[in-house]
Amino acid sequence: MFGTAIIVFREVLEASLIVGIIAAATRNVPGSRRWLVAGLLSGLFGAGMIAVFTEFIGELASGLGQEILNASVLGIAVLMLGWHNIWMSSHGAALAANARSVGVEIRDGRRACSVLFMIVGIAVLREGSETVLFLYGIAASESGGQASMMLGGLIGMSTGAATGYLIYAGLLRVSLRWFFVATSTLVLMLAAGMASQAAHFLIQADLLPGLATPLWDSSAALPQNGLPGMLLHSLIGYDARPAGMQLVFFGAALLVITLGMKWAASPQQVAKQS
Amino acid sequence: MKNILLITLLFPFAALAVDADYTLMIKDHRFSPSELTVPSGKKIKLLIVNQDSTPEEFDSHALNREKVIAGNGSAILYIGPLNSGSYKFGGEFHEATAQGTLIVR
Repeated sequence: MFGTAIIVFREVLEASLIVGIIAAATRNVPGSRRWLVAGLLSGLFGAGMIAVFTEFIGELASGLGQEILNASVLGIAVLMLGWHNIWMSSHGAALAANARSVGVEIRDGRRACSVLFMIVGIAVLREGSETVLFLYGIAASESGGQASMMLGGLIGMSTGAATGYLIYAGLLRVSLRWFFVATSTLVLMLAAGMASQAAHFLIQADLLPGLATPLWDSSAALPQNGLPGMLLHSLIGYDARPAGMQLVFFGAALLVITLGMKWAASPQQVAKQS
Repeated sequence: MKNILLITLLFPFAALAVDADYTLMIKDHRFSPSELTVPSGKKIKLLIVNQDSTPEEFDSHALNREKVIAGNGSAILYIGPLNSGSYKFGGEFHEATAQGTLIVR
C-alpha cells in the first residue's frame, strides 16, 4: 500500500504543483477559475485516452511514439508557460491594481485563459496517463491486495493534490510586491525544467545526441526518488544524472523567456498596452 | 528531420557510436534475463517485450530512463554510452518482483 501511495504521489505531484502555481499566478485574471477546471477535466479525459491507446502510441515511430509524444507535449507546455510569463510581465501589474474591477482587459484576459486551460490540461494529461495505467494494472491483476493498493493510490493522489494546494495557498500569502516575482520565477523554472525533460525524451529516442551522459551524478547527495529530489524534479526539472544536452535546453529556455519578459516589461511595450 | 541530421553531424562522436541490439522480456512481472551484460562506451538499443497482459513501466534511476510498455506490447529504448559498472532497473508498476541489473563491461 505504501509503495502504491508513493508511485501515485510522484505522478500527481508534478501536475499538482504546476496547477497550484498557475492558479496562483492567474488568480486575478477574469474567468480564470472556470478555465482552470475545464483544463483539469480535459486533462483527465486526455489521460484516460492516452492510457487506452498506450499500445498504439508505443508502436508509432518504430517503438518511439511515447518519447515523441512526451517531448511534443512538453515542448507545447514550455511555449505556453513562456507565453504566459511574458504576457504577465506586461499585464500583471495592471491586473493587480484593478483586482476588484470586472472587465479588465477581458479580451486579452480570455487569451490568457485559453493558455491557462492548455497548461493545466497538458500537465494533468501527461502525469495522469501513467497513474491511470498503473491503477488499471492493479485492478486487472489477479493477485490479492487490490483494496489496500487502491487505498494507497487514493492516499498518494490526495497527498499530491494537497501539496499543490499548499504551494497555491502559500503563494497567495506572499505580499503583492513580491507576488509577481515569486510566481513568474516559479513559472520560468517550470518551463526551463520541462525543456530539459523534453530533451531527455529526445535523447532516449536517439533523436538528439546526449553530449555528455551523464554530465554529473548527484544521486548520492540528492537522490531523485527522495522527497526533496522529487520536489526539485517537479519544480525545476532536477535530474540526478542529466545529459549535457538537457542543460543546453534548460539554459536556452531560461534565456529566451527572460529576454521576452524584459522586452514585454519595457516602458514602450507597457505604454502600448494601456 | 533535416535539423536532427544537422545536429548529429555537428557531434561526430555521438554519431559514430555503433548501435548494439539487446532484448529484455517481461513475464509474470519479472525480467528475463534479470542480469543483462552490455559493452561499455557504446550506445545500446534495447528492445523490451512485455508478455504480461498488464502494462509495465521500465524504470531506472541509475540509467536515467523511464518508459511504459503496454500489456502484450514492446518498446525500444536507447541507453548510454555507459561507463563500466552495474546499473539497477525495475518495473515501477510491480516493484516487488520486477527487478534486474544491467552489467556494463
